[in-house]
Amino acid sequence: MTIVLYLVLCLSVVVFAAATVVRAVEYARAPLHLRWELYPVPHEAPERAAHGGSHFEQSDWWTRPVHASRWGQLKAMVAEVLFLKALREFNLQLWWRSFPFHFGLYLLIATAALVLGTAVATLFVPGALAGWIGGLARGLYRVTGIAGLMLMLVGAAGLLHRRLTDPSLRICTTPGDIFNLAVFLIALAVLGAGYAFRPIGSPGVLTIVIGFLSWDTGVRVPGVLAAGLLLSALVAAYIPFTHMSHFVGKYFTYHAVRWDDAANRRGGTIEKAMAEYLTYRPTWAAPHVAADGVRTWADVVTTTPPDKARR
Amino acid sequence: MKDGDTPSLSDMSRANRTPITHVENADLMPLPAPLDDRARERPWTPLSDQTQARYECILDDTCAVSVPRPATPEEETRLVKAFLSGLDKLFTRENNWTFLQPLLLSMEHCARCQTCADACHIFEASGRNELYRPTYRSEIMRRLYFKCVRRGGMLSAWQHGDIEVNWPLVARLIELSYRCNLCRRCAQTCPIGVDNGLIAHELRKVFSQEMGIAPREIHDSGSMVQLKVGSSTGMSPAVVKDNLQFIDEDTSERTGVTVETPWDVEGADVLLVHNAGEILAWPENIGAFALILNAAGISWTMSSDLVGYDSVNYGLWYDDAQFARVAIRHAEAAKKLNVHKIVLGECGHAHKALSVVADRVLSGALNIPRESSMTLLRAIVMSGRLKLDPARNDFPVTLHDPCNMVRLMGVVEPQREIVRAICPRFREMAPHGVDNYCCGGGSGFAIMSGHNFADWRFQVSGRKKLDQVLNAFADCLAPSTPKYLCAPCSNCKGQFRDMLTYYGLWESNRILYGGLVELIVNAMVDVRPGYIEWEWH
Repeated sequence: MTIVLYLVLCLSVVVFAAATVVRAVEYARAPLHLRWELYPVPHEAPERAAHGGSHFEQSDWWTRPVHASRWGQLKAMVAEVLFLKALREFNLQLWWRSFPFHFGLYLLIATAALVLGTAVATLFVPGALAGWIGGLARGLYRVTGIAGLMLMLVGAAGLLHRRLTDPSLRICTTPGDIFNLAVFLIALAVLGAGYAFRPIGSPGVLTIVIGFLSWDTGVRVPGVLAAGLLLSALVAAYIPFTHMSHFVGKYFTYHAVRWDDAANRRGGTIEKAMAEYLTYRPTWAAPHVAADGVRTWADVVTTTPPDKARR
Repeated sequence: MKDGDTPSLSDMSRANRTPITHVENADLMPLPAPLDDRARERPWTPLSDQTQARYECILDDTCAVSVPRPATPEEETRLVKAFLSGLDKLFTRENNWTFLQPLLLSMEHCARCQTCADACHIFEASGRNELYRPTYRSEIMRRLYFKCVRRGGMLSAWQHGDIEVNWPLVARLIELSYRCNLCRRCAQTCPIGVDNGLIAHELRKVFSQEMGIAPREIHDSGSMVQLKVGSSTGMSPAVVKDNLQFIDEDTSERTGVTVETPWDVEGADVLLVHNAGEILAWPENIGAFALILNAAGISWTMSSDLVGYDSVNYGLWYDDAQFARVAIRHAEAAKKLNVHKIVLGECGHAHKALSVVADRVLSGALNIPRESSMTLLRAIVMSGRLKLDPARNDFPVTLHDPCNMVRLMGVVEPQREIVRAICPRFREMAPHGVDNYCCGGGSGFAIMSGHNFADWRFQVSGRKKLDQVLNAFADCLAPSTPKYLCAPCSNCKGQFRDMLTYYGLWESNRILYGGLVELIVNAMVDVRPGYIEWEWH
C-alpha cells in the first residue's frame, strides 16, 4: 500500500510539472501579438498609473525615457496573487469564497515546502533540527497546514454551493465545473479527516515524507490519511488539464497582454519578430483578403483588395 | 422578456427560424429624469416581413449584418464548412499570429465566474438578458474551440460543454458577434484576464476573412471604399481639399481670424489626420483644429494622399488584413511628407488603431511617431500661447471618455486638464476615466443603422451612457440651461447625435454634444465670441 502511495505521489508531481511546463511553453512560444494592452498598467510612472494613464499622455512620448516601475508592478502582482484584488473589487460575493480557497492553497503549498525542508534536514543534516529550530519548523507547518486545509475546505464548499445555487452561473456551468470543485472538496475532506483522526502512534506527515524521500516502504500510513494523500495527488495531477491551471494563464494574460505596452522601436527585437511573421503565408479564403497560401502577409497588406471582393 | 424566455446556449443551434430572445421596453434598465416615464418610451420598429424573409434575423429583435438566407440546404452546409475552416485557421500562427496568444489564453482559462457580467453596459441595460451576457458569446466560442479545433471527444464535452454545430448556430453567431461594443470593460474586471471583447473581435475576423461576411457599413462602404477612393466617406483627394477650403473660409468668417489649412507640406512637424466624417458632419471641429494650430504657431500639414486624409480604420473592428492595409497607407502618407510625427484628430478608434494596435505592424521607415491630439492640445493650452477666457465657457460641461482613447490607450488626463482649465462648470460622469462606459456606438455601431438596428443601439447599447449623461446634468436639466457634452471622438459624437435626437434631449433639455477643440476656440479671446452655436446639428 505504502509503495502505491509513494508511486502516485511521484507520478502526480511529474505529471503536474510536465503538463504545467508544456502549457506554459505553448503560450510562451506563441507569436508576439499585436498590442492589446488594457489600462491601468501598473508599471507606468506612478503619476500616470494612479489614473490609468500611459506614456501616450506625454508630448513627443518617444523622446522620453521609458519608465517601467518595477515597484508598481510588484505591488499590483502581490495584491492580485495573494489577495485576489480584482475579484474583491468586482465580485465581493465570490471573493469571500474564492479568497479562502486560494489563500488556503498557498498555505498548503507553504506547508509542503516546510515539511519537505524539515524532512531533508532531518535526513541529511543530523542534529540540525534539534532544539528550538525543529520545534519552530514543526509548529509552523502544523499551523499553516491546519489553517490551509480549513480555509480550502471552507472555500471549496462555498464555491461549490455557489456553483450549484446561483442562477447566474447556471447557463455556462458544465458537469466538469461541478466535478472539479467536488473532487477538491472530497480530497481535502478525506485528507483532513485522515490527519485529524489518525490513530495515536501512527506516523505523522513528517514521518511519511521522510519515508517517501528515503523510500522506506515500511512506513504504515493510516488508511484514511493515505486515501486523502492519494486523492490530493491525483487532483494535483489533474489541475493542469483544466482551466484551473489559470495560475499559468494568468501570468501571460497580465504580463504578455494586459500590461504589455512595449513600443516597437526601429531595429529592436519586436521589429525582428514582425519581419518573420510578415513572411507567413495566410490561407484566409475571403476574396478581399486575396490570400492564396503563396502570398505572404507582407504581400497581402501592401496590396489593395481586388474590386469584386465580396461574398 | 417573459419568464421562460431566457435563452440557453443550446438555443443558438435551434433549428426553427425564430429569434431566441425578445426584449421588451419594460425589461430595460430604467433611465433617470427626464426619461423616467416608462409609459412614454419609444416602441421598437419591428423588422419588416421582407427583411425577415431575405436575411437571417433569428437571434433577437434586430439585424446588424444582413446575412442572406441560404437558398438550399447544400448552401447551408457549405457555409458551415467555411465557418469551421475559418475557426481552424484562427488558431494557427500562419493565419492569426496577430492575436493567437491572447485568444488561446481567453479560450482556455475562463473560470465562468461571471465577474465580467456586471461590467457590461449592454448586459445591464438589456435588463440582464442572458443573450447579452458577455460570457454567452464567449462560451459558445469556447465550446466550438474544444469541440472543433481541439477535436475534443466526450470527455472534453463533459468538461467544457457541448454545442451542436449547424447553420442556425453560425447565422446567430454572426449576428451575436455584433452585439458587443468591443469596449473591453469586462476584460478589465476579469480576475484571470480573459477578454470577451477579444473573442467577439476574433469571431468577426472568421466571418470576414474566411466567409466574406461583415456589415456593409464597415466593409463594403467602409474599409473597401477607403482603400479605393481614399476615404470611407467617399471623398476623393480633390473633394476633400475643396471641402477644407470651404471650411477654412467659413471658419475665418465666423471667428474673424483668417484660417488656412496647409496641404502636403514636406518636412512639417505635424501631419494632422482627421476622421474624414468630421469634415462632412462637424466642419466646426476641423476649422477649430486649423485655427488653434495656426494660432499656436505649429508647423503642420494635412495630406492629400489616398487614405492619408482619413484616419478611420474600420479594420480594427473586424478584419486584420483591412486593418493593416489602412494603417500602412497612413504611415506611407506621413513618410512621403517626411513629417516629424502623425497627430490624430478627435477620433478614438483611429487613436488606438494607429498608435497602439498598428505599432508592431509599422516597421523601419514606416515607424513614424504617432501622438494624440489631446496631448498636443494640452501642450498648446497650458503653454499660454492662446489667450483663453474660461468665462466664455460658463455653461455645464461633462466629458465623455472614448474607450479606445482612454481604457485601451491610456490617454486620460490631457483632455481633462484642458477642460478643467477652460470650463468652470465642468463635472465628471460617474464612473469616468479608464472605468468609463462606452457610448454604445463602439466597434462600428455608430455608423450602422440598417433595418431597426438603431433602436437597439439607442435603447440597449447606448442606454448606460445616456444614464450617465443625464445624471451628470441632473442639477441643471431645465432647458433654460444649455449643456455641453464633450466627446472628443467622431464615432462617439455620431452615437450621441443620433441618440440625443432619438430621445429628443436637445429640444426638451438643451443637451448639445461636440468636440474638445470647439470648447478651446470658444474660449479664445482673439476669436469672435460664440464659436459654439447653440443649435442642433
